[in-house]
Amino acid sequence: MRLRLVPDDTKIDFFGRWKLWFGISLVLIVLSFISFGVRGLNYGIDFRGGTTIRTESTQEMDVGAYRDALSGLGLGDVLISEVFDPSFRADQHVAMIRIQAQDDEEAVTSELIQQVEEALKTVAPDIKFVSVESVGPKVSGELIWTAVQAVALAIGAVLIYVWLRFEWQFAVGAVVALIHDVVLTIGIFSELQIKFDLAIIAALLTIVGYSLNDTVVVFDRVRENLRKFKKTPLKEVLNLSINETLSRTTMTSLTTLLALIALIVLGGDVIRGFVFAMIWGIVVGTYSSIFIASPVLLFLGVKRDWSKPDNNAGNQFANIDA
Amino acid sequence: MLHIDTWKRALIWLVCLAGLVFAMPNVFYTKVEGHNDALAAIEKTGETPDLREKAGQWPEWLPSNLVNLGLDLRGGAHLLAEVQVQEVYQTRMDALWPVVRDALKGDRDTIGGVQRVNAPEGELQVRIGKPEGIEQALATVRGLAEPIQSLSTPGAKDIEASANGDVISIRLTEAEKLASDDRTVRQALEIIRRRIDAVGTREPTIQRQGDNRILIQVPGVGSATELKSIIGTTARLTFNPVVSRGSDPEARAGVGNAVIPSMDEQGLYYTIETSPVVSGDELVDAQPSFDQNGRPAVSFRFDTTGARKFGDYTRDNIGQPFAIVLDNEVISAPVIQSHIPGGSGIITGNFTVEESTNLAVLLRAGALPAELNFLEERTIGPELGQDSIEAGKVATAVAFAAVLLFMFLSYGLFGLFANIALILNIVLMFAALSVLGATLTLPGIAGIVLTVGMAVDANVLIFERIREELKTAKGPARAITLGYERALSAIIDANITTFITAVILFVMGSGPVRGFAITLGLGILTSVFTAIFVTRLMIVIWFERRRPKTIEV
Repeated sequence: MRLRLVPDDTKIDFFGRWKLWFGISLVLIVLSFISFGVRGLNYGIDFRGGTTIRTESTQEMDVGAYRDALSGLGLGDVLISEVFDPSFRADQHVAMIRIQAQDDEEAVTSELIQQVEEALKTVAPDIKFVSVESVGPKVSGELIWTAVQAVALAIGAVLIYVWLRFEWQFAVGAVVALIHDVVLTIGIFSELQIKFDLAIIAALLTIVGYSLNDTVVVFDRVRENLRKFKKTPLKEVLNLSINETLSRTTMTSLTTLLALIALIVLGGDVIRGFVFAMIWGIVVGTYSSIFIASPVLLFLGVKRDWSKPDNNAGNQFANIDA
Repeated sequence: MLHIDTWKRALIWLVCLAGLVFAMPNVFYTKVEGHNDALAAIEKTGETPDLREKAGQWPEWLPSNLVNLGLDLRGGAHLLAEVQVQEVYQTRMDALWPVVRDALKGDRDTIGGVQRVNAPEGELQVRIGKPEGIEQALATVRGLAEPIQSLSTPGAKDIEASANGDVISIRLTEAEKLASDDRTVRQALEIIRRRIDAVGTREPTIQRQGDNRILIQVPGVGSATELKSIIGTTARLTFNPVVSRGSDPEARAGVGNAVIPSMDEQGLYYTIETSPVVSGDELVDAQPSFDQNGRPAVSFRFDTTGARKFGDYTRDNIGQPFAIVLDNEVISAPVIQSHIPGGSGIITGNFTVEESTNLAVLLRAGALPAELNFLEERTIGPELGQDSIEAGKVATAVAFAAVLLFMFLSYGLFGLFANIALILNIVLMFAALSVLGATLTLPGIAGIVLTVGMAVDANVLIFERIREELKTAKGPARAITLGYERALSAIIDANITTFITAVILFVMGSGPVRGFAITLGLGILTSVFTAIFVTRLMIVIWFERRRPKTIEV
């Protein structure tokens, strides 16, 4: 007996409640913007400069004592948090300390780090500094700009590719879905205040790639069915295509999610934010390729007769309700 | 119908076999690493029985390329330094002053005496005695300009001069500044490399980034601070004439002079001429040694031009003090006792043995042409890297097992074929990473796990398609053929779009992000190969043997 996630012949109507789906997405997007505007992203030092120190000690850690030890140094904004992870040993107490970028310091000073290390040693004598990372404000400013460029470039490149391989309506549908995914991912990061650093940008781009992967598979089937069923209304062709690919969509999303869940549970705390972004992105990306990209395609309408090029080129908008 | 040419079959198996062979060294990571290190050491310092034995741990004829582990997995130090290229302009002007002075000496009758006056940073200004001779002086100074090698501005000179009343201003041309910046960064890169090599660590990465930045990654170094002390010191050594000494740091220095502190004696300042007699560039050797009193010192030897200048100066200035200056601090200021013709000497100061050894290393490697400003500094402890590797291994294994099981439950025998392809896919990825000498980072491991999840996508597409075709097509063979054919365009489109993002990540990203992009991109290539060719070959072979009337996918 084979494992079947979805029955062989589904006939789900994905467009019957499109208003609901669009409504939900719209609300989520608005919420993302509000959250981003009000709370903002919790940028890591990659993007705002500063120093993070990861410490490890066998002693029970007391955040207050750490803070007291550092308060005399005049470092400005210092954030201390204890890190918990199932992979830690029982006597492994890990803390992350984040120190804001010091004024008028472009280069990172070793003296500062040394002061901090010495101050902490008075609290926990066996403390180890397993990682110390500092980024100057100059580089962090550039990194954030490069990141924005990378995401924009990826979306642009994909737009062009889909446009060349399909039609511009497909490209618009795919890109609307992509932007939807990226906005929602940024939204959840600002709402949950998960550290947003360079790795998250990598995750964002992967989401772009993955969501697109999903969308393209559906579109590929739409293109094929458009050739096959020349007279069927577009809405039905879209519905049919999504239903036909549904088994594959769930299968792939599930295998990928399985792998990522293994990673988020067992992969350690260092990459947890990164993996979380990806899991979120895959859920949202799968959703958007069905409920966002395809309805957009329906609105824009597409050229129907693929056997003869451009025989109703001037007529592209005529069959919106076809 | 279901037919694959023999040569294609052979090629597919060959690629898989090559993958296995090239991925294998990673299974014996420590052994192979020991072998490689020993080989490198033998090449550098000659053979010892101990090294020979270590090298013998791994057979010579097997490939020994390994996947590099990134700093976040192995621990080490990462620095991003900005070379202060504009510092060189002032140094050049200081060096130019004696040349200009000597050149203008010849025109003494028309222009009168010359005198250096205070000038903005990076400029040299000279006042002449007779303002009416300014044209003549300007012509002489311009005659000193030399053409530079530049593709963008052919015929450009290195310096330009302008006159204002009785003052001539000399500065570097824009073209020369560009050329100089480039040279400065190259020199800095070379010197950093030499210094790190002298310390002898494994596989440091020293790369130029952008116009004036240098990225330095050294695995295994305890901390970035330690690394900074090795490469951060400019180690610019000069021998300058001493004008006076005193205790006032704000003392009026006079034009072309500077007040700098003593290295050892608190509160002691020397006023020196900024144009050096000789500089560290002209050293050919420096060794740690001891002076007559048995205190640590550094002995040095100049090259021929340096030796001549040093000889001439000591001959003409017996009884005068001169300062040995290292990075704007006076190490010592001995009085010249006699003419020193041989071009060798000894630097004494309050050194410890370690300091004198370090100074000798720095002097031998050469001075940095300009100061470095550190923009980014990361230290990752080896324990954290080890923890990450362990966690990554466990997570990958679990992810792998889950996906394998899931595929088998969903597609039965065909799922098994896909699973073999998936394992081969990972093998091929590691082989490619090893052969390319790519670096595996923590996000890179995430990339592999993601690939495990996504690699099955192509097979899922194909299998789902075969299922569909089975409903309509005439027989299993036909369904399989059509399944592969019709799924292809979706597979290609889906993977190219993901590949595009991987390429963008690789180009725009740095460090760990780049590591992720590499594994993601390679994973796409290998997964398409295994899904399209390897599973197909397996299915065809199975089909030829069994000739089933019906198949279940």
